[in-house]
Amino acid sequence: MDELVNKRINEVIKGNQDAFEEIVTLFQHRLYHVCYRMLGNPQEAEDIAQEAFVRAYVNIHTFDQKRKFSTWLFRIATNLCIDRIRKKKPDYYLDATVPGTDGLNMYSQIAASGDLPEEEVERMEAQERVQYEIGRLPEKYRTVIILRYLEELPLQDISDILELPLGTVKTRVHRGREALRKQMGNM
Amino acid sequence: MNTCQEPVIQLMHAYLDGDISRQDEQQLKEHLFACQHCREMMDELKMSALFLQGAAPLKAPDGFVSGVMARLPKEKSQAGLQRQLRRHPLLAAAALFFILMSATFFSSFGDNQQFSFTKQPNLVIEGETVIVPAGEIVKGDLVVENGNLRIEGEVDGNVTVIRGSKYMASTAVVTGKSEEIDRAFDWLWYKIKTTVKDIFPASKSEPVEE
Repeated sequence: MDELVNKRINEVIKGNQDAFEEIVTLFQHRLYHVCYRMLGNPQEAEDIAQEAFVRAYVNIHTFDQKRKFSTWLFRIATNLCIDRIRKKKPDYYLDATVPGTDGLNMYSQIAASGDLPEEEVERMEAQERVQYEIGRLPEKYRTVIILRYLEELPLQDISDILELPLGTVKTRVHRGREALRKQMGNM
Repeated sequence: MNTCQEPVIQLMHAYLDGDISRQDEQQLKEHLFACQHCREMMDELKMSALFLQGAAPLKAPDGFVSGVMARLPKEKSQAGLQRQLRRHPLLAAAALFFILMSATFFSSFGDNQQFSFTKQPNLVIEGETVIVPAGEIVKGDLVVENGNLRIEGEVDGNVTVIRGSKYMASTAVVTGKSEEIDRAFDWLWYKIKTTVKDIFPASKSEPVEE
């Protein structure tokens, strides 16, 4: 697969834009998934994941083909997500009614930060609950936990993606796991 | 509260990371067997990890790929070229050389305003006009630069007028090719042709400046 990817990359470098389409097709779901888990919102996830591909395209000549393309791509995407999370200003209120949804408020739109009453959490479906619990994690634990448990990447790959020492990644996984345990309690 | 926290918790995480030595694993198992509190904690850690791993992978929405392709900056044969140049410095050097060379060609087109023509017997000069008189036959090619040419007689060869005009009388005969050059590109092409001819000398006549 790496060989195929590198072949396509070389075509892109030669100016063949269409060759990039194959690369996007190959990685779209994994990249979208990570962005969705990081941001907890489908529109934002699509926007950031697409932006990550655009950046990859523009900077493709800086990619070292001896390395894994997916690692490089994940690095671009996680950096964009982290930037977005940090810059995100609360330009809406959770209680505000979403237009055209007959009284649904923003709680139903985003599964993100902010604690909900326990009984409401228990009524959530498993998929929704996953997103809710991840969203409650501090951003620096959230990133490693997503890469470790949702992408199931080896610790070394996570260290390469985040450009952090392996020891730091391990510590963050441990703390993230501990934080999850505490917030989820005895399920 | 638990009194056996830190070192054991480290072992639990090492176990969950999958990098625990056989000896440490044995130690952890013995401890968990003996200590209910740690056993519960270990179960909770395992459960939360398992819970996350049970999350269904999400798929990118339809139209994601075409959305990316639409957002790409327009290629941009230029960008491709830039990348090529970055990758092949020799090509870049050659391109630069060519650009500079063509600049000298173009600038000399504008600079050289002097009237000159091919010296041939039986030509008549009036100011900046070269005349091939009626009844005369000029043997060989004829080049006039920055001046006019009036042909009343016969030219047995090619006729070229650079930045000037050519009048042909009804009695005029030109056996070779006849051209007028007044644009930089024509001139560049002409220059290249004559340079090549100079290297492989096939032409008999040379322009002489007056």
